[in-house]
Amino acid sequence: MTQHNRAKSDVFQPTGQIQFGVFFQGVNSGTIWKAAESGSQTDFESFRRIAQTAERGLFAAFFLGEGLRLREHLGRPHALDVVGRPDAQTMLAALASVTRNIGLVATQNTTYNDPADLAHRLASLDLISGGRAAWNIVTTDNAWTGANFRRGGYLDHADRYRHAEAFVETAKRIWDSWETPAGPARRVLHEGQHYTVDVTPRLPRSAQYRPVLFQAGDSPEGRNFAARQADVIFSAHPKFDDAVEFRKDLVERSVAAGRGANAVQIMPASEFILAATAQEAAEKKEWVRSLQIGPQQAIAYLEQFWGRELSAYDPDGPLPEIDPVVEETSETRGSGFHGAKARQLADQWRAEAKDKGLSIRQFVTSKTARIDATFTGSYTAVADHLAEYARTGAVDGFNISPWLVPTGLDDIVNHLVPELQERGVYPTEYGGSTLRENLGLDAPVRSSDEAAGAVRA
Amino acid sequence: MSTTDNNRAGFLAIELDGAGWDGADISRAVLAAESAGFHAATFTDAPAPGRANALQRAAFAGPVTRSIALVPEVDTVYTEPFHISTQLASLDYVSGGRAGWIATAAEAPGAAAAVGRPSVTGAALGQEAAASIEVSRRLWDSWEDDAVIRDVATGRYIDVDKLHYADFETPADFAGSGYSVKGPSIIPRPLQGQLPVLVPASLLGEVPADAVDAVLVSAPTPELLAAEVLDVRSRVGASVAVIAELDVVLDSRGQAAASRETAFDGGRAFAGTAAALTDFLESLLAAADGVRLHPASLALDLDELGRLVLPELRRRGALRPVLQDGTFRDLLGLERPASRYASAAAGTGK
Ligand SMILES: Cc1cc2nc3c(=O)[nH]c(=O)nc-3n(C[C@H](O)[C@H](O)[C@H](O)COP(=O)(O)O)c2cc1C
Repeated sequence: MTQHNRAKSDVFQPTGQIQFGVFFQGVNSGTIWKAAESGSQTDFESFRRIAQTAERGLFAAFFLGEGLRLREHLGRPHALDVVGRPDAQTMLAALASVTRNIGLVATQNTTYNDPADLAHRLASLDLISGGRAAWNIVTTDNAWTGANFRRGGYLDHADRYRHAEAFVETAKRIWDSWETPAGPARRVLHEGQHYTVDVTPRLPRSAQYRPVLFQAGDSPEGRNFAARQADVIFSAHPKFDDAVEFRKDLVERSVAAGRGANAVQIMPASEFILAATAQEAAEKKEWVRSLQIGPQQAIAYLEQFWGRELSAYDPDGPLPEIDPVVEETSETRGSGFHGAKARQLADQWRAEAKDKGLSIRQFVTSKTARIDATFTGSYTAVADHLAEYARTGAVDGFNISPWLVPTGLDDIVNHLVPELQERGVYPTEYGGSTLRENLGLDAPVRSSDEAAGAVRA
Repeated sequence: MSTTDNNRAGFLAIELDGAGWDGADISRAVLAAESAGFHAATFTDAPAPGRANALQRAAFAGPVTRSIALVPEVDTVYTEPFHISTQLASLDYVSGGRAGWIATAAEAPGAAAAVGRPSVTGAALGQEAAASIEVSRRLWDSWEDDAVIRDVATGRYIDVDKLHYADFETPADFAGSGYSVKGPSIIPRPLQGQLPVLVPASLLGEVPADAVDAVLVSAPTPELLAAEVLDVRSRVGASVAVIAELDVVLDSRGQAAASRETAFDGGRAFAGTAAALTDFLESLLAAADGVRLHPASLALDLDELGRLVLPELRRRGALRPVLQDGTFRDLLGLERPASRYASAAAGTGK
């Protein structure tokens, strides 16, 4: 494959192609639950339907997100968005039996898992699925989530990537440990600050050698970590100029890490609102937005920052004149917000809303909608736009969050994919049976015993 | 439950170890077990080279089967109770309510070293199991059945009053490192409400009988099994199913059982013809609610069992009907329980 030479080069070379993944988020305001078409978020049929539709559209991957504690709002579980989702690997193992080619990506956290256990389960998923598993590495590390686990919240935020990197390197050694498909395995030892591992791995390498590694984290530390360790970055930068900028940044980082310019692929999170004409798509977008952020969500969004109940305010009226309660607000929605800045922020937002003539609901929609991540338009116009990403190599693909479950990919697969294929920028068949083959990634080379610090079992 | 109201008709489970890790092989084995008429398939997770994660093998089998219960072993000592609870609830969803859990706790220095924890032994094993089972049970109840309301008028997807913190704490006399689990669960209540929980009889005592739905009973020889079953039955009462564990090696394809090389300890396994096994199982099922068979060779013995043993047991009325579209609880004769929090006046806010 040409991929092999590309990966070693210090000069980035676009493939001229893009691929799709689907991100079944399970918890968010982006998934509409109020429409007649909104299906179950937990029934297996919803997952089967989306995965099989994606496979019909030759998608490279099906992603599941993870959150290990329910989000809260003013001290109680957040009630207004879809919530409640299955364990990623369990669901993906089940989906492996009703799909053939699509990659199965589990978002899994490095803080509340043990390396040997997680590596074993990912290796299992990889074998059971015939080499289609991937791990989307996340580092969520707050004490609030830790309340559900034996260890509690033991990690400093600043340590999350140091810990994650040791974790991933240990996992790689575990996946690397079998000499041949029949064994023997070399023993893997790791002595870290927070845990020790001493294991003789139980499973051989899979058809794709080991699970593909995705990384989703945007800080400089997160990007460097991806440049050193990951195969694909699940980025937050889908807008064309940002995507080009992000590619440049990541290429520099991966060259600096000694992996070459083409070693790490990029798939930003995205949302598509499509129709036959631009006019219809714009109308559809209005409808989608009105259902994503309803009146109660708009108020609740402000309450997070105001730190107090605002239910007396009219969602179609102006922002509250009352000031926020100034305190350290909790990190219970996954993102910390510091109350000291609350009043300043409130002043800023009130001015901005007044300036633009926005009601609470309009203002919150402008803040929360994935504006940059949304591609709206006719099938042909959006296909033309995406072809530009392919041509320039701004991204390697898009990870699409459908706003409807389970029918949210139908439009994309039925209309957008054929347009992209006509333009020669989208696969017309699966390249192989493993995820690594379908993404065009090189197979890892087995490390020598010495490099792996191996001990004969 | 069971023995009394089912007129001594019992159920049969089969351990599918040996089917391998490949999806096609797992499908083949579980479909063979289902079409042979087994009521349940179990998936061992004891550490061994080449053995893929049991819960995932069971999950893979979910969508390809219709009636057979899928029951993985999941360790309670070196795992996170919160993860296990979510994984098992998810298995219940992907199998349409056919999931169960064999909760294990065994001395395993290798498993301890793998996660960097001291090796747990003795009575502490049962304590770990009891704690982990309690965490799962609370978390499975932490969303009441009708917590997802999708109420467009008020904009509420869930009714927060129907979600509850588990607030589990290990007891003061807990031998291992104590821990707490907050909850609520991150997945709605399992389809069955509570998955049936099975434990080996060795854990009874530390694990109270009323925390489990079935007990797995072994004996040094097949002849001693029935007495062992009766003994355990007298300890756990009628509301807990008693399942006998039986290793089997059958005369197969012209080869006598006695001459087949197997990994079983001498004397522990039932060895003989299909006809003799049929008679033996009929009498064992008069004492036990169910029997779990561990075939010496899945490929050889499953075939014989399906052709010769199960049809005859069914003809004799020794087996319960296989439930079409039923749950594992239905098979065990268990009602679907209300959430323990359902009558509580307040939700998580109070
Ligand atoms: C597109 C995207 C998707 C993410 N999905 C998840 C997720 O499902 N679960 C999770 O715990 N964290 C998720 N994260 C969070 C990151 O993994 C990471 O923990 C977080 O961004 C903090 O790391 P950072 O400081 O490097 O950004 C996601 C991040 C991005 C950018």
